[in-house]
Amino acid sequence: MSLTTILMTVFSTTFVYAAPLIFTALGGTFSERSGVVNVGLEGMMIIGAFGSTVFNLTFASTFGSLTPWISLFIGALFGLIFSVLHAVATVTFRADHIISGTVLNLMAPALAVFLTRVIYEGKGQTPVINQSMGDFTFPILSKIPFIGKVLFTNTSLVAFIAIIVGILCWYFFFRTSIGLRMRSVGENPAAADTLGINVVKYKYMGVLISGFFGGIGGAVMAQSITLNFSASTISGQGFMSLAAMIFGKWNPLGATGAALFFGLAQSLPIIGAYIPVLSHVNSVWFQIAPYAITIIVLVIFLGKAVAPAADGQNYIKGK
Amino acid sequence: MNTKSLKGLAIPLVSVLAGFIVGAILMLIFGYDPIQNYQNLLVGSLGGVYSIGETLRNMISLILTALGFAVASKAGFFNIGGPGQYLIGWFGAIVFTLKFSHLPAIILIIGALLCGALAGGLWSMIAGILRAYFGTSEVITTIMLNYIILYIVNFAVKGWLASKGSDSSPNITSKANLNTPFLQHITDNSTFNWGFFIALAVVALVWFYFNKTKSGFEIQAVGLNESASQYAGVNVKRTIIIAMLISGLLAGLGGAIDGLGNFENISVSNNLPNVGFNGMAVALLAAENPIGIVFAALLFSALQIGGLSISVYSNTPSEIVDIVIASIIFFVGIKYAFELMAKKGWFNRKNKVEKGGAEK
Repeated sequence: MSLTTILMTVFSTTFVYAAPLIFTALGGTFSERSGVVNVGLEGMMIIGAFGSTVFNLTFASTFGSLTPWISLFIGALFGLIFSVLHAVATVTFRADHIISGTVLNLMAPALAVFLTRVIYEGKGQTPVINQSMGDFTFPILSKIPFIGKVLFTNTSLVAFIAIIVGILCWYFFFRTSIGLRMRSVGENPAAADTLGINVVKYKYMGVLISGFFGGIGGAVMAQSITLNFSASTISGQGFMSLAAMIFGKWNPLGATGAALFFGLAQSLPIIGAYIPVLSHVNSVWFQIAPYAITIIVLVIFLGKAVAPAADGQNYIKGK
Repeated sequence: MNTKSLKGLAIPLVSVLAGFIVGAILMLIFGYDPIQNYQNLLVGSLGGVYSIGETLRNMISLILTALGFAVASKAGFFNIGGPGQYLIGWFGAIVFTLKFSHLPAIILIIGALLCGALAGGLWSMIAGILRAYFGTSEVITTIMLNYIILYIVNFAVKGWLASKGSDSSPNITSKANLNTPFLQHITDNSTFNWGFFIALAVVALVWFYFNKTKSGFEIQAVGLNESASQYAGVNVKRTIIIAMLISGLLAGLGGAIDGLGNFENISVSNNLPNVGFNGMAVALLAAENPIGIVFAALLFSALQIGGLSISVYSNTPSEIVDIVIASIIFFVGIKYAFELMAKKGWFNRKNKVEKGGAEK
C-alpha cells in the first residue's frame, strides 16, 4: 500500500470511530459543566442507538438516503427523553448523581432490548439497516493534492460535523452569556442563584442537552458502525466518551480532541494489520490504550481540581 | 424488631413495591399479563428444589460483589470496579486450578479462591493507591480499570489458556468443582454449590469487621469525615487503600466462586460481567448493611432466575426483570421524593412507619 492510501485509511477509520465518541463526550461536558455528574452516558447512547435503528428500519423506504440523517435526530430525541430520568432524579429529587447514572446504565439495555423484542417478534436484535452512513468524498476539497486524498476522500462526513459541533459548543460555553451562566451553575450554584440565574433550569438544560448529544452518539454508532441494534451495539463507548471528556478537561475542544485520539486508538487494531511497524504489536495494547492513558493523564496532570467546582453536588436552595 | 430498623426498611420496601408497579404498568402497556408473569417469576425462582438451588447459587456473587461495593462505600468511595474485580477473580481462580491441578482437592480449592480474591483485591487497590496519593477520582479509575482488565483477560484467555482457535479455556478438574454430587443430588441437579456457605460466612465476617474491629471503625470514620479522622490519628491514606483492597477481595472472591462452582472455565467476552453492576444495585437497596444485603440479593436473584422462566411460559421478554431492578434502584435513589410526600402528609392515613423512614 502506498503512503497516501495508508494515511487515508488511518484517517477515515479514526473519524468513523471517533464520531460517536465526540458527540457523546460533548454531551458529557454539558451535563457536568452544569454540575451534574453523568456516568449514564453509556445508557443514553444505548437508547439513542435503539431509537435511531428502529426509525431507520421503519422509514427507510419513505426517506431513502436521507434516512440515516433523520435517524440521528430521532436518536437524539430518544436520548433527550431518556435523560429526563437523570435530570428529575438529580436536580429535583436530590439523588446521588452516580447512583442515578448507574440506574440509567442498568435501565437502558433492559428497556431497549425489551422493546426490541416487543417490536421484532421476540428477537433480541434488530435486522440490519439498509440505509446506512456510507463514505463521503468532499466535492472540491478532495481535489487538493495529497491532503485531499488523505483527509477528504472516502471519509466520514458525520465526524466532520461532529468536530464543527465541538467548536460551536466551545463557542457556546466560553463566548455566550447562556454558556457562562451554565458554567457558573456548575461552579458555584449559590452565587449564580443570588445573581438571579435559575439554577434548576440550567441544570435541566445541561442534562437534557447531554441526553440529546449522547443519543446522537449512540445513533451514529448504530448508523455507521454496527448497522443494527442489539445489547452489544454499545459496549463501553459511553464510558470511553466519559474518559474523553475528563481527558479534555471538561472543555468541548479538549473533549473533541481526546475523542479523536481515542478513535485513533480504537481504529488501530483494525488498520494495524496494514501498517508494517504496527502489524507486530498485539491489538490488546490498542484496546486498553484509551483507558490506561486516561488514568495516567488523570494521575500526572489533573488530580481532581479541574472538574467544575460544584460537579456532583446537589444544590439545595437556602442552604 | 426495634423501631429503628423498621424505619430503615421503609424506603427499600416502598422502592421495591414501586419497582414492581412500574414493571406491571409496562407489561400492561405492551399487552402482557403482569399477574401471570409475576406468578411465573415466583414459581420459577422459588417454586421447587431445583429453582431454589439456582436462586441461592445466583445469590453468591450478588452478595459478594455487593459486600465489596459496601465496604468501599462505607469509606466514602464509589467502587464501580466490581465487574472488573469479579472478572479478574474468576480468571485468577481458573488459572490457579488449571495450572496446579495435581494438588489435593481442598488445597486446590482454597488456593484458587485465595488467588482469585487476591487478584481482585490487588486490581482494586490500584484505584485506592491512586486515590490516596494523587486524589484521582476512584469513580473514573475503577471504570477505566474495568475495561482494561476486560481486554487483558480476553487476551490472556485466547492467547494463553485456550487451545488454538478456541475462545474458552479448558474445563477445570472435577475435584475442584464446588458443585458436588451430594449438593446436586439434594437440589435436583441445580448449580447450587458450597460457595453459598462461604458467602454467608463472609457476610458474618464483614458484619464483625464493621462492628467489632478497629480497622472497620476507621473505614467508617474516614467515610464520615476524612479530615476529622486524620485529626483523631487515623492513617487516612492507609485506610483508603485497605478499604479498596477489601472491596476488591470480596468481588474477586465472588468471581472465583462462580468460576469454580458455576462456569468451570472462562471464555472471551465482549462485555463486562453484569453481576458486578447488579451487586451495586443489591448494596444500594440494602443501604450497605451486610445483613440487608443477603435479603436484597435474594430478591434480585429470585428476579433474575425467575425472569428466565417468564420468557419460557409466555412471550414476555425476560428483560422486564432488569427493568424492575433498575426501577427499584431509581426509587431508592430518589428517596427525597418520598420525604417530600411524607412532609405533605401523603402517608399519614396509612401509618407512621413510612413517614418515620423518610425522616431518617
